[in-house]
Amino acid sequence: MRYTSAEMMTIVAARRIKDGDRVFVGVGLPNLACNLARRLNAPNMQMIYESGVVGANPSRLPLSIGDPCLVTGAVCVCSMFEVFTFYLQKGLIDVGFLAAAQVDKYGNLNTTVIGEYHHPQVRLGGSGGACDIASLARQVLILLPHERRRLPERVDFITSPGFMSSRKERERLGLPGGGPAAVITDKGILEFDEEGEMVLVSIHPGVELEDVKANTGWDLKVSPQLTVTEPPTERELTVLRQEVDPEGIYFRR
Amino acid sequence: MPAPQINTFRVGKEIRVAKHPTEGEAPRDGLFPLAQGQLGHLRREGVLALAEDKVMSLSEAIDRLVQDGDCLYLAGFTHLIPYAAGHEIIRQGRRNLTLCRATPDLIYDQMIAAGCAKKVVFSWAGNPGVGLLRCFRRKVQAGEIEIEEYTHFGMVARLFAGATNLPFFPLRSITGSDLPEHNPNIRTVTCPYTGQALSVVPALNPDVAIIHAQRADRHGNAHIWGIIGEQREAAFAARKVILTCEEIVSSEVIRSDPNRTLIPGFLVDAVVEEPWGAHPSYAQGYYDRDNDFYFEWDRISRSEEMVRAWLDEWVYGVSNRQEYLARLGAEKILQLRVSSHFSVPANFGSRR
Repeated sequence: MRYTSAEMMTIVAARRIKDGDRVFVGVGLPNLACNLARRLNAPNMQMIYESGVVGANPSRLPLSIGDPCLVTGAVCVCSMFEVFTFYLQKGLIDVGFLAAAQVDKYGNLNTTVIGEYHHPQVRLGGSGGACDIASLARQVLILLPHERRRLPERVDFITSPGFMSSRKERERLGLPGGGPAAVITDKGILEFDEEGEMVLVSIHPGVELEDVKANTGWDLKVSPQLTVTEPPTERELTVLRQEVDPEGIYFRR
Repeated sequence: MPAPQINTFRVGKEIRVAKHPTEGEAPRDGLFPLAQGQLGHLRREGVLALAEDKVMSLSEAIDRLVQDGDCLYLAGFTHLIPYAAGHEIIRQGRRNLTLCRATPDLIYDQMIAAGCAKKVVFSWAGNPGVGLLRCFRRKVQAGEIEIEEYTHFGMVARLFAGATNLPFFPLRSITGSDLPEHNPNIRTVTCPYTGQALSVVPALNPDVAIIHAQRADRHGNAHIWGIIGEQREAAFAARKVILTCEEIVSSEVIRSDPNRTLIPGFLVDAVVEEPWGAHPSYAQGYYDRDNDFYFEWDRISRSEEMVRAWLDEWVYGVSNRQEYLARLGAEKILQLRVSSHFSVPANFGSRR
């Protein structure tokens, strides 16, 4: 089956979720990837949203993280204060799933501004819960299209801390969460080495290594055990297209 | 007799609630008149007559309680956003407001475009599920509006501190972010027990909180269900509270299910019955989000002229919410209405 690079990225992201994981689901593509994982490899995952919905069981793809379909049939609805304190800060979240405008070499995320803070070239949405998720979830998965401007050596603004400049630096800050575990793009999968620097560990089928390097804003480290990502299966594509996004809201077809 | 229903656009005079399934045979619509229920003694004993009747029109509530220069919190996380109240504030021409909301959403984009705001305090400024807030963004990029920015946890922690009469709230987040560099109100304290450094955010005590609920009695005791966001924290943190609701119900309905009361009436200064008062956001069990409008606003807000024309038609061009709804039209209203999906009633027991 033919597929697009955006579909590939979403499917790869969904595969990273383990059955039974408690996942704090961010806005946008993470929402899509989690709703796909729940129908495939992780039927027992618990989806938790910053809107206070715990154990969501939506009948259709939620259009935002506050969609009423998240409430109907959920295990629990609590206040935002409770979801950030009892669930996230308490350490109950296995995976925080985030999108970003920019991610740098050490997994720091920017969703605030491109350019200078007070006179920005582009003003973005801001943290929302992202900084809190990045600080407090046991591990963080990051999803973004692989473009040079989105993967600069240093982000213009650290909205949400990754490893800052090294794993030691994050440790020094005393953040309870484990930090970024992987960045999933439409070209490959990147993880973090013992220093906390991003390393390409897998490349999607049909993507050239030079293309990945050219679209990264620094001299990207490549794992000696670089693998080729398994292409999407027919089942993954069918569920994504027919059940998760049947109206093509995320993927124009 | 036609069967009146809770959860409809307009409720009939007779109030009915779901009957517990173990109490004999349920009526066909699953509802029974509450006057015959277990709380009739409250009315007989005069308990309900003691509380103050706070019902008034929205224009009266805004006129009396919202001043130029006030700090406002219009609560509701994607759900139950008090749009009707926001539009009335625009119509009454309030200026120099400090607008606080975790997610400014379209309502603050509209209030900013109408010139109400001097400052926005927020944590995520976007059009949920669609994109960016263009009016907000234009003002920020032009340096024409002040901003004070937090994370979601930071915002709700500020309200929690405000609601519980604490000066600040500590969190194990924000450290490492560049946010404190641009917001001197985010500071650090040393934990007196462990010596660890913790980020702190100051209490937020808005002059007025505006809350939209599904139902409330005439005294302001409010039932809210579905996503409750930061509504309770905002109400307790504010100096004054305006409560708008989909429907005003008798106090017996509220007292039949006290766990569902998020806001006690004694916090509330004004109660306004404003059906569809949260459109184009949604009210769980009443109507769905008008997603078409959220996309439409993305188009309208690309140009200041189109925004002005929209405000002229939908805010200045109507004198109240009824006229707004008439303009919205029956077809749209029918399209957004949801069918019923009741929870199973909880048995509170009886000692009589």
